[in-house]
Amino acid sequence: MTNSIAEFETDSKVIFVIGSNTTACHPLIANRIIKAKENGARLIVADPRNIQLTKFADLAVHQRLGTDVALLNGMMHVIIRNDWHAAEYVEKRCEEFEALKKTVASYDPERVEAITGIAARDIEQMAELYATNAPGALLYAMGITQHTTGVDNVKSCCNLAMLCGNLGVPGGGVNPLRGQNNVQGACDMGGLPNVFTGYQPVADPEVREKFASAWNCGELSDTPGMTITDMISAIDEGKIKGLYVIGENPKLSDPDKNHLDHVLKKLDFLVVEDIFLTESAQVADVVFASAALGERQGTFTNTERRCMLTQKAVEPVGNALPDWQIISRFATALGHGMSYDSPEEVFNEMASLTKSYQGMTYDRIGIDGLQWPCLAKDHPGTPYLHKETFTRGKGMFHAIEFKEPAEAACAEYPMMMTTGRMFAHFHTGTMTRVSNSLDTEQKTGYVDINPADAEKLNIASGDMVLLTSRRGEIEAPAQITDSVPPNNVFLPIHFGENPTNTLTSSTAFDPIAKIPEFKVGAVKIEKLIA
Amino acid sequence: MNCKFVPSVCSYCGTGCGVLFEVIDGKINSTLPLKSHPVNQGKLCIKGWNLHEYINSFMRLKAPLVKEEGRFQKATWDEAINHAARNFNRIKEEHGPDSIGVLVSAKVTNEENYLAQKLARAALKTNNVDHCARL
Repeated sequence: MTNSIAEFETDSKVIFVIGSNTTACHPLIANRIIKAKENGARLIVADPRNIQLTKFADLAVHQRLGTDVALLNGMMHVIIRNDWHAAEYVEKRCEEFEALKKTVASYDPERVEAITGIAARDIEQMAELYATNAPGALLYAMGITQHTTGVDNVKSCCNLAMLCGNLGVPGGGVNPLRGQNNVQGACDMGGLPNVFTGYQPVADPEVREKFASAWNCGELSDTPGMTITDMISAIDEGKIKGLYVIGENPKLSDPDKNHLDHVLKKLDFLVVEDIFLTESAQVADVVFASAALGERQGTFTNTERRCMLTQKAVEPVGNALPDWQIISRFATALGHGMSYDSPEEVFNEMASLTKSYQGMTYDRIGIDGLQWPCLAKDHPGTPYLHKETFTRGKGMFHAIEFKEPAEAACAEYPMMMTTGRMFAHFHTGTMTRVSNSLDTEQKTGYVDINPADAEKLNIASGDMVLLTSRRGEIEAPAQITDSVPPNNVFLPIHFGENPTNTLTSSTAFDPIAKIPEFKVGAVKIEKLIA
Repeated sequence: MNCKFVPSVCSYCGTGCGVLFEVIDGKINSTLPLKSHPVNQGKLCIKGWNLHEYINSFMRLKAPLVKEEGRFQKATWDEAINHAARNFNRIKEEHGPDSIGVLVSAKVTNEENYLAQKLARAALKTNNVDHCARL
């Protein structure tokens, strides 16, 4: 997030939520949005489904799956046509405005209505609400990113925010809501194929030299590595033979399960480190048993870049060990000695190599945490980014044309499918389905079907249906609800016995971010006769 | 009875709500919202209120496992780590460092992520490091 969660309540005059089911997936951020509404802020919600947050919105629209670029271009078209954009800000702080203007010129509301299914007058009103109530915060989640046009979608969000002068001000910003407690931290720590900590490129010889000397490990590889999406193909092609998976369950979280199951069998050696014997751990050659939250000390960085310290409350269960100890021992056995007395010692080594964290210490972080960049021991942290200038200097507009998603409804697969989370469960369900209080809320997978489709297919709530895509088929009980529009279905991703990732495609992904298009697919639905 | 409250942060979504674990006689008995926390100001969602339940689950892995002839056997840490390291070093020798991939985790701490990418880069000598942010 460029900005902070608290600012939505205290500073934002308009909040635009697109591709985030916030009340279900980030409830305490939704709480701030609702409070902002009570304080007089305006709320716009754009989501293909009729999510709970729409009840609180001044204006709620339902775009056809995968048409976000067209919608955002349409809003910018209306804003520029009416001179609602922040002309002085654009002139002073941005570049390539003319290219953007030229591209969005052809996205008049009538054309955008034809693409997105949103009425032209609603597009006009969305644009007016967002542009004429400053500052405005834009919030998004996986509904924006999990597309073949994920990068285009994010850039379009940034275009809109810059156009209205909403970056570098409290209560504004482009705010991706991270889905896992330490997605931000895992990225910050260099858990990516092309960068060390703090996004320092592996291709930069000076950076490599700095890490090689700090780690005392000889030369480091200068070739950016593979993303998870590329690794799966590389395993299939026999290029990757060994895989070390920490705290992750790819057998349920990665697309095209049948293909993935087949590919994982080709691995020579699989090591999985987890707190449960997940679907992925079951096929491992060695499983390392980890300590959980509360069983060891360490820091996590939340979606607003706030690094927070968690303390050890109890001893690890059985012989489980904290991951920092397992990794150190494994690295030592692999031939690179690692010896640390505490997580704090690891943190201090990391902070000494990472500019955005270099002002942080365990003492300073405390219970409330510190938001990076935190550049010195007396730096208070940074609630919002890009105050005076952007990281690259001027903010660059990207003129982006709308592209259709990879799959469209066809005679064989006539329904459109989208996937996501529901309120009581989390990701692949490994943590929530063993929790009695959460299991009680939802015990099995399901598929949301619109009443009109249910009538056509003669399906009642609770009937088992067979869902088939180009990849495979699964069974799930039907849930009849108008939270999905006609001809659309929604499937939650949490349930191993109804594995939604059997249906999703591993070949439809964003060419740059390599993120799979989990949000759009074509399926066929048939009622199963009991 | 020994009772204490230990500050932590919820491990579900990326919001990062501050919690207090209520620890009674060495076991986490409940999860409470941290009143003064800048993120959640004394509130939690249904998952947060039940955070301790997965930690206390009887399904937790309690020892490292090594697969022998298709079946998992409990192992000591030395056995499990040495077995894994022998096989990774063999693969590295036969096929080069880039024949191994490491998936770090959006669920473990910053310190652990830092060490995991250090293991990949310094010990295995590969940049094949990624995690589930895309998924």
